[in-house]
Amino acid sequence: MTTSPVLATSTGDDLHLTDGSRVAVIGGGPAGSLFAYFLLEMAGRIDVKLGVDLYEPRSFSQPGPAGCNMCGGIVSETLVQNLAIEGVNLPSTVVQRGIDSYVLHTDVGDVRIATPAQEVRIGALHRGAGPRDVKEARWESFDRHLQQRALARGAVAVSARVERAGREPDGRPRIDTKDGRSQIYDLVVVATGVNSPVLKVFEELGIGYERPKVTKTIIREYFLGRDAIARTLGASMHVFLLDVPRLEFAAAIPKGDYVTVAVLGEEIDTALVDAFLATPEVRRCMPPGWDPDLKSCQCMPNIAVHGAPKPFADRYLFIGDAGVTRLYKDGLGAAYRTAKAAARAALFDGVSEEAFRRHFAPVCRSIANDNAIGKLAFWVTRFARGFRPLRRGMLRMAAAEQGRPGTQRMSGVLWDMFSGSAPYADIFLRMLRPAFLGRFLWSVAVSLWPGRRPALPEGTQ
Amino acid sequence: MIDGELGRTYRDGDVVFRQGDEGRCLYVIQEGELEILREEDGHARLLRVARKDELVGEMAIFEGGPRSATVRARGTARVLTLDKRNFLRRIHEDPSLAFRIVETMSRRVRELSAELVLARRAVEATEDLR
Repeated sequence: MTTSPVLATSTGDDLHLTDGSRVAVIGGGPAGSLFAYFLLEMAGRIDVKLGVDLYEPRSFSQPGPAGCNMCGGIVSETLVQNLAIEGVNLPSTVVQRGIDSYVLHTDVGDVRIATPAQEVRIGALHRGAGPRDVKEARWESFDRHLQQRALARGAVAVSARVERAGREPDGRPRIDTKDGRSQIYDLVVVATGVNSPVLKVFEELGIGYERPKVTKTIIREYFLGRDAIARTLGASMHVFLLDVPRLEFAAAIPKGDYVTVAVLGEEIDTALVDAFLATPEVRRCMPPGWDPDLKSCQCMPNIAVHGAPKPFADRYLFIGDAGVTRLYKDGLGAAYRTAKAAARAALFDGVSEEAFRRHFAPVCRSIANDNAIGKLAFWVTRFARGFRPLRRGMLRMAAAEQGRPGTQRMSGVLWDMFSGSAPYADIFLRMLRPAFLGRFLWSVAVSLWPGRRPALPEGTQ
Repeated sequence: MIDGELGRTYRDGDVVFRQGDEGRCLYVIQEGELEILREEDGHARLLRVARKDELVGEMAIFEGGPRSATVRARGTARVLTLDKRNFLRRIHEDPSLAFRIVETMSRRVRELSAELVLARRAVEATEDLR
C-alpha cells in the first residue's frame, strides 16, 4: 500500500486549511472515508489542494475479524437516498440484499410491513469481506468500497497503526505510528469505532476528549445459502419483540449467503442469545433443521449509547461512533452526517475549537437530542412488549393497515423505528397524535373483546 | 430484481412520470437509460436521453409546478426514487448538497445553448436557401 512521503512540515494557515494543508484521518471505516471523500471533493471545487492521509491498518478485503467492523450492516432508506444525492450510488456488488419489508415477530403473531414507497431502498451488506468461513468473495466490502472512493478523490492510504499523538510547539498535531513514522498535520480527524484501542491515545492527549458511553451487543453470522434465504427470510428484515427476560431487541438481517443476527439486551451474554434463538418465533423464520450452534462467527462489540461530551478541540475532530452516533439504529447514517458536517466546518470555517463549536457541534447536538427522544420511544416499545393486549393491539393495527390503502399510522411508526429512516422526534410526535392513539386504543379494545381475540386481521402471518 | 439491487426496475417503455403530473419526488438512475419526452398535440418528441447516475425530475421539485416532460425507460432501467420532503430537508440542513443539482442544471443549460445555436444555424441556412 502506498504511503504519503515523510514530510514533517506543513504550510497550513493558522487554524484554517489552505493550499498544502495536511489532514490525518484516523480510521478508514465509513465515517473516515466519507470525511476524506467530502473534504477533497469540496476543496477541489474551491481550488484548495489538501493532503489527506487515511490511516487504516486493516484490510477490508480479508474475511473474518481481520477485516470486520462488527456491525449489523444496514444502510437505511434515508442514507441510501442521501448518498445517491451526493453521487454515491451503491452497486449490487456491494449491497448483498435489497430489503423491501420488515417482519415484526411477537408471541401473539407476526406482521409484514412493506416499504412505504413500494421500492427497494434499504441495503443489507457486510462491512468487511464477510464471516471467517466465507469461501468465495462474491461481494465487495462496504467499507472497502467507500475507502476506494476516498482514495480515488486523492486521499493517501496509510497502512499503519497509530501509537501516539502529540502537539508541536506551534499547536499542530503530531501522529506517531508503530512503524516509527512521525507526521505533523494541520487537522486530525478521529473516525475509529468505539471498540478501537486507539481512542485511549486521544483521551490521554489532554484535549478534553472522553470516549462515548457504550453497551454490549452480540452479533452472529449464520451461513444459510442464497436459495435457503430466498425461501425463508426473503428480502425482509426480521425484528423480534419477545417477552424473553433481559432481551431488549433482536433482528435477523438476510445478506447474500448469510444471515446476521444482532441482539441487544441487559447484561447480554451468550445464554440470552441462545434463549432468544430457541424461541418458536425465531425457529419459524429459519430453514427447517437450522442449528443455532452452527454459527460462522460471533462477536460482542460495544455500541455507543451516549456520545462523546466534546467531540472536538483545536485541530481535532471526532466523528462517527468516536463522536456522536444514533441510538441503536442507523449508525452509518450518523457517520455520514458527522463526516459531512466535519468536512464543511473544517474547510469553510476553520479548524479551531470555536469554529467546530459553532459549525460542527450543532449536528452532534441534533443527533444527541434526537437520541434522548429515541430513549423515550424505546421505553414505550418496551412497555408495550410487556403487556400482551398492547402487543395484540399494535399488531392488529399494523396488519389492518397493510391490507388496505390509506394512512399507515402504526406501520409507519414501526417502519421508521426499526429501519432508522426518520428522526426519533418525528416518530414520537406521530405516536402522540390523537388519530394514532385513538386507532391504537380501538385496536387494543377489539383485541380484548372475547369473541374477536383469536382472529388477527388478514395480512398477519 | 437481483438480490442486491436498490430502487425499482422499469421495463422498456414503462413510464416513470408523465408530463403534467405533480412533482413529488426526483429520481437517480442506477442502471440503464431514461428518455425525456415532451408531449405536444398528441405527439411525443424526444428531448434527450438520461444515463446512469443522472438525476431526473428535479425541476418540478424546485419550481413546484407540474412535470414539464414525460420520462420513460429506454430498455430496462433501474431507478431510485428520492422523496421530495427528505431531499429538501437535507438541502436545508446542508446547502452544499444543492451543488450537484446546480451542476446538473448548469450542464443542461450548456447543452441547451449548444442545441439552440445549432437550431439557429439550421433556420438561417433554410432562410439563405430561400
